[in-house]
Amino acid sequence: VFHVSTSAHLTYISTFDKILIANRGEIACRVIKTCKKMGIQTVAVHSDVDSNAVHVKMADEAVCVGPAPTSKSYLNMDAIMDAIRLTGAQAVHPGYGFLSENKDFAKRLAAVGVTFIGPDTHAIQAMGDKIESKLIAKAAKVNTIPGFDGVVKTAEDAVKIAQQIGYPVMIKASAGGGGKGMRIAWNDEETREGFRFSSQEAASSFGDDRLLIEKYIDNPRHIEIQVLADKHGNVLWLNERECSIQRRNQKVVEEAPSMFLDADTRRVMGEQAVQLAKAVKYSSAGTVEFLVDSKKNFYFLEMNTRLQVEHPVTECITGLDLVEQMIRIAKGYQLQQKQEDIPINGWAIESRVYAEDPFKSFGLPSIGRLSQYQEPLKLSHVRVDSGIEEGSDINIYYDPMISKLVTYGATRAEALARMEDALDNYVIRGVTHNIPLLREIITHPRFVSGDISTNFLPEVYPEGFKGHHLDEDRCRELLASAAALHVTSQLYSHKILGTQRVSSAPMDQNNWELCVELGQELHDIEISKSGNSYIVKVDGGQVEVCGDWNLASPLLPLTINGTCRMLQCLSKESSGNIVLQYMGTLFKVRVLSKLTAKLNSYMPEKVSEDTSSILRSPMPGTVVAMSVKPGDTVADGQEICVIEAMKMQNSLTAVKQAKVKSVHCQPGETVGEGDLLVELE
Amino acid sequence: LAVLHVHQSFACLLQTNIQSDCRWYSVSHLSVKERIEKKRKAAQMGGGQKRIDAQHQRGKLTARERVELLLDPESFVETDMFVEHRCSDFGMEQDANKFPGDSVVTGRGRINGRLVYVFSQDFTVFGGSLSGAHAQKICKIMDQALTVGAPVIGLNDSGGARIQEGVESLAGYADIFLVHPSDLPHHGSLCILTHLMLCLQDTSYLFITGPDVVKSVTNEDVTQEELGGAKTHTAVSGVAHRAFENDVEALLYLRDFFNFLPLSNQDPAPIRECQDPSDRLVKSLDTVVPFESTKAYDMLDIIHAIVDEGDFFEIMPTYAKNIVVGFARMNGRTVGIVGNQPKVASGCLDINSSVKGARFVRFCDAFNIPIITFVDVPGFLPGTAQEYGGIIRHGAKLLFAFAEATVPKITIITRKAYGGAYDVMSSKHLRGDMNYAWPTAEVAVMGAKGAVQIIFRGKENQAEAEAEYVEKFANPFPAAVRGFVDDIIEPATTRKRICRDLEVLASKKQVNPWKKHANIPL
Repeated sequence: VFHVSTSAHLTYISTFDKILIANRGEIACRVIKTCKKMGIQTVAVHSDVDSNAVHVKMADEAVCVGPAPTSKSYLNMDAIMDAIRLTGAQAVHPGYGFLSENKDFAKRLAAVGVTFIGPDTHAIQAMGDKIESKLIAKAAKVNTIPGFDGVVKTAEDAVKIAQQIGYPVMIKASAGGGGKGMRIAWNDEETREGFRFSSQEAASSFGDDRLLIEKYIDNPRHIEIQVLADKHGNVLWLNERECSIQRRNQKVVEEAPSMFLDADTRRVMGEQAVQLAKAVKYSSAGTVEFLVDSKKNFYFLEMNTRLQVEHPVTECITGLDLVEQMIRIAKGYQLQQKQEDIPINGWAIESRVYAEDPFKSFGLPSIGRLSQYQEPLKLSHVRVDSGIEEGSDINIYYDPMISKLVTYGATRAEALARMEDALDNYVIRGVTHNIPLLREIITHPRFVSGDISTNFLPEVYPEGFKGHHLDEDRCRELLASAAALHVTSQLYSHKILGTQRVSSAPMDQNNWELCVELGQELHDIEISKSGNSYIVKVDGGQVEVCGDWNLASPLLPLTINGTCRMLQCLSKESSGNIVLQYMGTLFKVRVLSKLTAKLNSYMPEKVSEDTSSILRSPMPGTVVAMSVKPGDTVADGQEICVIEAMKMQNSLTAVKQAKVKSVHCQPGETVGEGDLLVELE
Repeated sequence: LAVLHVHQSFACLLQTNIQSDCRWYSVSHLSVKERIEKKRKAAQMGGGQKRIDAQHQRGKLTARERVELLLDPESFVETDMFVEHRCSDFGMEQDANKFPGDSVVTGRGRINGRLVYVFSQDFTVFGGSLSGAHAQKICKIMDQALTVGAPVIGLNDSGGARIQEGVESLAGYADIFLVHPSDLPHHGSLCILTHLMLCLQDTSYLFITGPDVVKSVTNEDVTQEELGGAKTHTAVSGVAHRAFENDVEALLYLRDFFNFLPLSNQDPAPIRECQDPSDRLVKSLDTVVPFESTKAYDMLDIIHAIVDEGDFFEIMPTYAKNIVVGFARMNGRTVGIVGNQPKVASGCLDINSSVKGARFVRFCDAFNIPIITFVDVPGFLPGTAQEYGGIIRHGAKLLFAFAEATVPKITIITRKAYGGAYDVMSSKHLRGDMNYAWPTAEVAVMGAKGAVQIIFRGKENQAEAEAEYVEKFANPFPAAVRGFVDDIIEPATTRKRICRDLEVLASKKQVNPWKKHANIPL
């Protein structure tokens, strides 16, 4: 289901013959789809490791622009300019990230007469610099946050300014975006540290280490207005997107519209966004981000002069294809719509599905090969924007996003129910992913009622995310499903086909006594079979489990006590260990016959290693700093080393006071998840 | 009914927890019926409750518990429960030293409904040591297994020969291992000289001579674990085929593993009902071979994606990891899978991997299990260590094994198939039935760089020549135009192809010329 453009005409006006997409992954695929629809030839660029990528296969032509590191490929302007020349592309769509807000790139394109599908360089420049953009916004009568309108030079400078503004303060990269190079500081010490990290991250992500500081608005919502402007001075606001659910300042779940805005606030925000766009003579699609406090005061945060990751939710509720609009505008056409033509049709929710482990700080990158991958496209009202497929590799070089899963409906409740279904039906194997967290968020009472802020995750999960908590009923359902699956597979083992020289004894059992281990607990289970359903007696209750029981399918659609539930079976071993995904979360159970369980109690328990004196890499990445050497004494919480993964710097700290016994890695070294970094005594 | 009876009495005993020493009944004022009952009870208790508890404390199960776990519920039919040892030296003749059934439990039963003979050594009786009577019991079920054509599983837990018996126990070994060699192709037993050996981490030890003898003879200091532990035998010596964490895990895996195998070499490989569509396209295979031909990938990714339900029982997973062997099913049919593992030592063939592969191929051929071979091999490992170790001799074993195998043989070249190693890996030249190449296949004498360095030694323009070599040979065409591969296939269709071919090849009949036995280069 590709829910774009309700514009009536099926033939498109002539724009460009050939567009080069200077991006990769889902956004490149997204742009190519619209180009195909509009009859435009497409050129993909790719790094060598991306030669087999989906966007490369989708495009009509593809050019390799360098090796894996982004600085040598997707940010390599020379190579991309060569690709443009080679293929004769007339325009370039930059997607988001990479060169999308790079004014030099836009200038170089202009110099050779190639159209940049985006705003003019001067708008990019004005809005790309957070300090300048704030001044312009102020002048355009847009509400802004109190802060320091200048570049912060040193850590001490930062402390001084922070004290003037008053804590808490936000330190961020002047050239930044996407939460990279952003730190919040509550005191002088954190300001110094934040300055150091932010400037490093800013330098590595944007090649520009200038920082700025502003008042940090505690517990705000992040709501942004989509604008669309043509080259003739017409500007529309396409309603808002609510993007408050974030982790480490990166968005996880977005929706449109926002439950929080009333029509008046929406209109005022929209109009201010339009004023800003007009002030910089903006053209193309753009986004004006606001922080909104609990009193519905809103403050301008920044303007993103590109297509936003979360644009699909706006497309769902307005019926516009933003990429198509951008292409039309770039060619110089006037907007066809008037402000009053922009509807809010229903509700759309987007979940960003990432290859990351949500149990570690709400998501640390994981890598791997998608050994199995099925998008829930059989469901209606579901849109999946992805740039990967079964067999794709998620590697350390690029953003670990797997896809954007969008559901929509007439109401928010409908969209949410569909999202729940879609998440349960999404099959991802080979990498750790954040579906457990996404499902918990979208079903959390606070989220469902709309009581959210950018602090949602740390507030709801102060101890960190721990997965779905099974209540008594759900626990019984899980145990019953596992037991039924076990019995099914036992029965299946008897199904040897054909006539045999020595005949087999049939399995004539219909009742089994099992023991299921979940966590530390053992549950006695009685299970009996009739047809495709099982009656399971567990923990004093009775559960009826019904299903097709296809052991080859990753999806396990069951009817449990009359309710349809989608479970997934990730693994089933001879040892009785079964890993099931239920309510989004993975549960490890062990199903044994009663006798086996009794005998198993004689087996020695495996001793696990003491992890407090061993520091292992929580994710694959590169060691950028090692702060200790053997013999040093570290305090509890002291930084031991810094690992950079997917352009994020992660400081690893000691969990106890101890002497450093040995150091197993050096700055610059690439480490894998679970690699031993430092041993303490 | 008899079976049921035995089990009921066993359960009863466990509940009442009778005294550990239940061998006081020598006075025969009891009726025969009562004596039978007593003996049965005593046999159930093996060496007595104390020894059973000690066995549990070591994290081990008793002989009977193992049998119960291995076999389907209530399927065990025991034999020779009343057999006792015949030794009269060193006080062994006393009643206190007689245990009905002696130190091994024997009989037959079912695993997933399929017949199996089983013996399980009882460590609680004289440390499971092998007496004449013990050996006789084992031989009896082996003979029976031979006559009906069913496998034997041995669960070994023994300190060795019963020293008190002297030469009689040694003769027992000979009975089992030498007098009945004709058994061997018929069973999947778990001891040495057999087809497959599984062992336990931390508690299994196996050696010809123990650490004390080693110390006195060679002055080496070595622990039991280092000398003959599970790790040693599964990773270094290659004696054992797979290790498990404990008794329970091993027996559960063994039950599933048993389902892959035919009951005897007279039977075809079993076909289990299959829910995995035989025509399933495996899209992930289209991108599994990396773009750069020097980059590694995991052959297990291919195997798991292709086989039924991703269920692959790997044999020797920690030994000679540059070759992967194991069992799986394709559309329900058991197949043996051999694959070079590019992830380890580039997937080259060396002494250990050749021997590992050869043994596996012969196992499959002996038991009518079709062989599927995935080839990505850069060649044989060069170097003095390999040559002095006899790589020619050992590499020839794998060649020999593939060549003599008459079961269906399907080969897929995923990437490199270089030189002699290409020939060895179930090539068309070794009577491969269906040989496929993926588009990424490179069938050549060697890599382009090496080849050019030899052909154009000392000449300029080597880079150009290399490019020409790559163009000419680093692709599937040279083999395809000569008919050395039957087709070049899209990787995603591999499963479909194999399933279809196996169906056709099920009726394959190929007979090797008569000989007393083949002369594999041992």
